[in-house]
Amino acid sequence: MEDFLNSKVFGIKWSRLLLNCQQTLYMVGWALLIGTVIGLILALVLVLTRKGGVVQGRAARIVYNVVNVYVNVVRSVPFVILLVTIMPFTRLIMGTTIGSTAALVPLVLYISPYLARLIENSLLECSPGIIEAAKAMGANTRQVIRYFLVPETLGSMVLALTTGAIGLLGASAMAGYVGGGGIGDLALTYGYEKMNTPLMILTVVILVVFVQLIQLLGGAISRKLRAHR
Amino acid sequence: MIDIEHVSRTFREKKTEVRALRDVSIHVDRGEIYGIVGFSGAGKSTLIRMVNRLETPDEGTVRVAGQDLSGLKGSALHAMRRRIGMVFQQFNLLEGKTVYHNVAIPLILEHRSKAEIEKRVAEVLEFVELSDKRDAYVSQLSGGQKQRVGIARALATNPEILLCDEATSALDPQTTESILKLLKRVNGEMGITILLITHQMQVIQMICDRVAVMEHGQVVEEGAVLDVFGRPKEEVTKRFVRTVINDQVPETFYDTIRAENRHYRLEQLKFIGDSVNEPVIANLCRREGLEVNIIGANISQMQGSMMSVFILQLIGETERIEEAEDYIDASGALRQRLFIDWDSRTITEIPAGKGAD
Repeated sequence: MEDFLNSKVFGIKWSRLLLNCQQTLYMVGWALLIGTVIGLILALVLVLTRKGGVVQGRAARIVYNVVNVYVNVVRSVPFVILLVTIMPFTRLIMGTTIGSTAALVPLVLYISPYLARLIENSLLECSPGIIEAAKAMGANTRQVIRYFLVPETLGSMVLALTTGAIGLLGASAMAGYVGGGGIGDLALTYGYEKMNTPLMILTVVILVVFVQLIQLLGGAISRKLRAHR
Repeated sequence: MIDIEHVSRTFREKKTEVRALRDVSIHVDRGEIYGIVGFSGAGKSTLIRMVNRLETPDEGTVRVAGQDLSGLKGSALHAMRRRIGMVFQQFNLLEGKTVYHNVAIPLILEHRSKAEIEKRVAEVLEFVELSDKRDAYVSQLSGGQKQRVGIARALATNPEILLCDEATSALDPQTTESILKLLKRVNGEMGITILLITHQMQVIQMICDRVAVMEHGQVVEEGAVLDVFGRPKEEVTKRFVRTVINDQVPETFYDTIRAENRHYRLEQLKFIGDSVNEPVIANLCRREGLEVNIIGANISQMQGSMMSVFILQLIGETERIEEAEDYIDASGALRQRLFIDWDSRTITEIPAGKGAD
């Protein structure tokens, strides 16, 4: 095992390759998890406070507009630019801008509004009739979300997360370049700067395999959730 | 049980204004089945949603079991809604879940214990005759079965009132009939007050005690079903009644009627319930100097009572016919003179009409 890890593949050690794969998984995994939580909250706020939503009134309209504008603004900034712009902010909360953990800050900031839009679309697939039935049953807002809105749209939401995860994989490659490590880091520092073309191609193959796996997994879970529709 | 008084509601959408309800008042008594009939856009959907506050009135008050709904908020509102079940045209079930889960949901919302939920779901499924479908997924059911699940779900919390929003409009005629029978049982066996809206007069005919007819956001006619069917006043009501009771002269008979060159009058006779105790038509036939030609006949059953409509061509001298008209009027039957305009082939009715020929 030791020998294998120290042996080289296209000019780098296997152990290095595995470490970078691990870093990519770390960044994508955590950013997806935290981003989903934030994205789901933003999406719920958007769906509940929109015109004709469950929560109505002046306050609802203000909240909707604030969240809506926030999501649009963050989504309109390209990731590389977002990455460098918020560096002071990243340093403030993480103490550093280097490393996979520090990269999580821009990744989460980038992916959560994106996921919010995708999840919002999923939530809107829930028929208004279901929501009306829920209200007629005497469900409060929390219960409408928990027993009707989310379970009804879970299958679609998983597909949304799959799309989000793949977008995140792309972003993590850029984050790595600024000191996060990961597959993208390998491709750029060894493949591009040191002109190691075979290694660059290997990283592309690895990324393709990652995307395929994510898509396969997401599709399978979604199908299972929608089994009886 | 349900008192809606002087309720108005206007929807404003940018520049257009839709007055969905204008000064509507209806009163539903405890234990009755009350039907609201109207074409789409008449305002009945908005009206029924006032009862569980899915809609709020701009003006007027809505009281349920004596309680004014206007001040209700938060948990008091949710508690009130749990006392009112609702059934929908599109069922609004969780398609990907089992029948059991769908019926259990209102009980889960009330935080009932698992054993309690099991027991109650079994009871209501038994009532709607779907015990064998307990673990089936809703998507595997037929329309009629889905509506039974919808009704079971509405009954789960033991409501006092059941609101039916076009509950049978998405179903075929046979299934409609079985669902109506079920609703009748809900009313009879459980004593639940039912308020329903529909555009199918057949629904009113089969199960309702009282009916209100709506048009352009207003209640234009209201009363006991037998009265409204027997003596419809407004044009829209007449149109609805005609969808289930044919009181028209069949067009194929026009030529037969016209070919009669002796003196005649066309009369429509209605017999409602047991208001007439004599064989009117048989007696007419026995009259001297009068010939009776039956052009049309229709008998319909409603609310355990009967209503029959006959269209007669009375042939004879004016004096004989007028004597016969007096006899009909005295018998208790409802009589209308019919005039056919041969050019436009339309019929006008003159209630208890006499007048010249």
